[in-house]
This record gives sequence, C-alpha cells and structure tokens, in this order.
Amino acid sequence: MPTITFEGKDFFCADDETVLECMTRHGVLLPSSCQSGACQTCMIRAVEGTPPPESQNGLKDTLKAQNYFLACVCKPSGDMSIGLSTVSPRYKIALLHKELLNESVVRLRLERPAGFYYRAGQFINLLRPSDELTRSYSLASTADEDFLELHVKRVPEGKMSNWVFDGLQVGDEVVFFGPAGDCFYVPGKPEQPLLLVGTGTGLAPLYGILRDVLNYGHLGPVHLLHASLAAPGLYLEPELRALDARNDNLSYIPCVLHGDAPEGGIQGNIANIPSQLLGTLKGYRVFLCGDPPIVNALRQNVFLAGTSMQDIFSDPFVFSPHD
Amino acid sequence: MSTVYEQLGGEAAINAAVDVFYRKVLGDHYVNRFFAGVDMSKQAAKQKGFLTMVTGGPNNYTGKDMREGHKHLVKMGLNDAHFDHILCHLRSTLAELGVAQGLIDTVISVAESTRADVLDR
Repeated sequence: MPTITFEGKDFFCADDETVLECMTRHGVLLPSSCQSGACQTCMIRAVEGTPPPESQNGLKDTLKAQNYFLACVCKPSGDMSIGLSTVSPRYKIALLHKELLNESVVRLRLERPAGFYYRAGQFINLLRPSDELTRSYSLASTADEDFLELHVKRVPEGKMSNWVFDGLQVGDEVVFFGPAGDCFYVPGKPEQPLLLVGTGTGLAPLYGILRDVLNYGHLGPVHLLHASLAAPGLYLEPELRALDARNDNLSYIPCVLHGDAPEGGIQGNIANIPSQLLGTLKGYRVFLCGDPPIVNALRQNVFLAGTSMQDIFSDPFVFSPHD
Repeated sequence: MSTVYEQLGGEAAINAAVDVFYRKVLGDHYVNRFFAGVDMSKQAAKQKGFLTMVTGGPNNYTGKDMREGHKHLVKMGLNDAHFDHILCHLRSTLAELGVAQGLIDTVISVAESTRADVLDR
C-alpha cells in the first residue's frame, strides 16, 4: 500500500485507489473537476517518487520532466511525496562579471552555487540584499556552465534594474531563489524543426535554450528570431552570428519593427514574421519569450499556422516599472 | 457498444482533436472575440474536457459548471448563432478525423443538449 506524503502528513493509498480519491477519503480536498484526466485542474507534482506514465498523458513534455501528474488518474505504484511547490534554499552568491550588451541591457554573471541544478531557459528570483526587493530574471547560461548568466534591461523608474545598472558591482553579494519555469528544451524528436522567438531580453532564456539544443546535437532546423523596436535594441549579434556560421541547421534572423534591419534580418511586426518566413508551422516545436502582449499574439499565430498546443512553450515577461 | 471516444482512440485522439477544433474556433471571426485574452493552455484543457464529454468519454460533466463558465460570455452577447458556429466547427472537426456520419450526429446531439446551460436559459 503506497504512502502519499502531502504537506508533512502521510496518507495510505488503498489498492486501486487514485491519489485524488485517497486524498478526498482523508478529508484533503484537492481542486479537481472532470475526474477523468482531461481538464488538468487536479495537476500536482511528485516532489519525491515517480508518477505512473498514464497519469501524465496529455501533459506537456516540460511538465512531465518536472514530475507533474494528474491526481485523478494516478494510481501510485510506489510511495510519493506530492505538492505544488518545492521550497528553494536561499542562495547567497557573488557577482563575477558585469558587461553592457547594448545601451539598455547588461549581462551579469553570478557564481553558481554548489548543488544548484536547473534547465536552460528557466528563471530565478533575484533579491536585493538591502531590502529584499525581488524580481524574476531568466537564466541565459546553460546547465554545464559554471556560472549563472542574466540579461537585465534597464526599465525607466525600475527600482531593481536601475540598482543593477548603477549600484551593483563585481564582488557584491546577491541572493536568489529558484529555479522555476516550464520553458525549456526536453531532448527527444531530434529531427523536429524548432522555432525560437524572443523580444528584447526575451533573448536571455532563448540564448540558453539554443545552446542547450545545439549541445544535445539536435538535427532538425533551428530558427532563432530576435526582435526589437529598432536595430540598437538587438544584442549578442556577433555571438549569434558566430553560432549560425558554426551550425548548418541554425539560422539567426534579427528582426526590427522600425528602420532598417541588420544584414540578413527582417523588418516588420514580429507577431506575423514566423508564418511569413516559414509558411506552415505544422510539426514545429516553438519557444516564445518576451513582452506578454507580443508573446500572446505569437502564441495564437503560431498555433493558427499549424503548431500543436502541446509543442508551444512560452515565458511572458512582466516588467515592473512603477513600484 | 463502444463510445465515439473509444472508437476515436481515447485520450490521445482527443488531444489531436482539440488542436483541430480550437484552431477552427480561433480562426472564425464570428466567434473568436469570446476567446480574446484567455490563457490558451487552460482553454485547450477545457475544450479537451468538453470533447471528452460529448464523445462519451470518462467525464464528470455538470450543467452548473457549463452555466457558470459561460455567464460572462452571455453578458458579452453570446447567443444561439455563436453556439451554432461552435457546433459546426465540432461537426467538421469530427468529419476531418474520419468519424462516421451516424456517430457525428450522436456527438452533436450530446453537444446540443448543453445549449440551455451554455446560454444561461
């Protein structure tokens, strides 16, 4: 009889009983609706133990990889500890490197704490030690690098970003929690065409995901579209052009809304560029990061152009200019 | 007698059907304003629940949920004509997936039975 641990208490799961039924029988009412594995209301995570594969049917690969499952169709085969969140240790680390990538984006490299594991494309929550002001930043590094890289955009009136630009110095200590996020590459289907689209510092997670994809030896074509209002807002162009030159299956395409696009680039509305450039997007796996309205428009457009919902991964950024 | 759900191929087939159905709905300018600004993943999950229900798959459907879930859309003007459009998309989705005409009619009649709840009457 498997034991289910939830919020520090143990519950015994009877033979042929689902996790949802077990919890309900013990008076723990998890949110649920269809009770048939369709609506995903009861999705929860196995913090320890492995959920049976049939309890993960219909979930995105990134959720499966993090041991999320549907409680209503999960008959556990062994002990499990379940919950929605994991409590992150508080990591205190030093800033190793700080470099302007363009006039409004700075690259930070932080010490990577021992025992800190993540997937390229996930984010961390960075705290300013003096007052615990907290903001989320995507990791631009890959899991095999010995530092953590962030790209921070200076937001007008932004408390955190202005401090990062003007106050934070190499050698200073910062604190973070994490990682979190569902926008990352899961190895498999090596022939699948990939489309990565980012606006502004939406390039940060994509820079990690892209290099992860290349490290895994992905074989299918990989299109990276980095969009900005105008050419000065683009960054990492030399690095991305070098990656493009070294990898036959990669094409890097800088995109601008206004003014002339750099060589090999496209001028236009980024929400429409993927289908204009590639036609049907059926069979693609797509990663979208950046400003929420643009990410939402892109999500709808790539779906209408043929990409399956299961293959669209996105990370809309939220900026906090006025608090 | 097996259900349309089983004949289609169960959960995996419904996943594929949701993509086809949702794409038709979003591409229909007569109804797509009701879907503006919604979280697409959550919406797809709801549609999966709906398609599972109308094809006779395992479900826990309540008319009350359907009524509560559409009340804000009725306030936005959701009416019979929009409901008919959705039925039409459902019909063509099933036809595209190769479901026999007789079974499509069965599914449509189940979907039709939710009309009063959806339109809050």
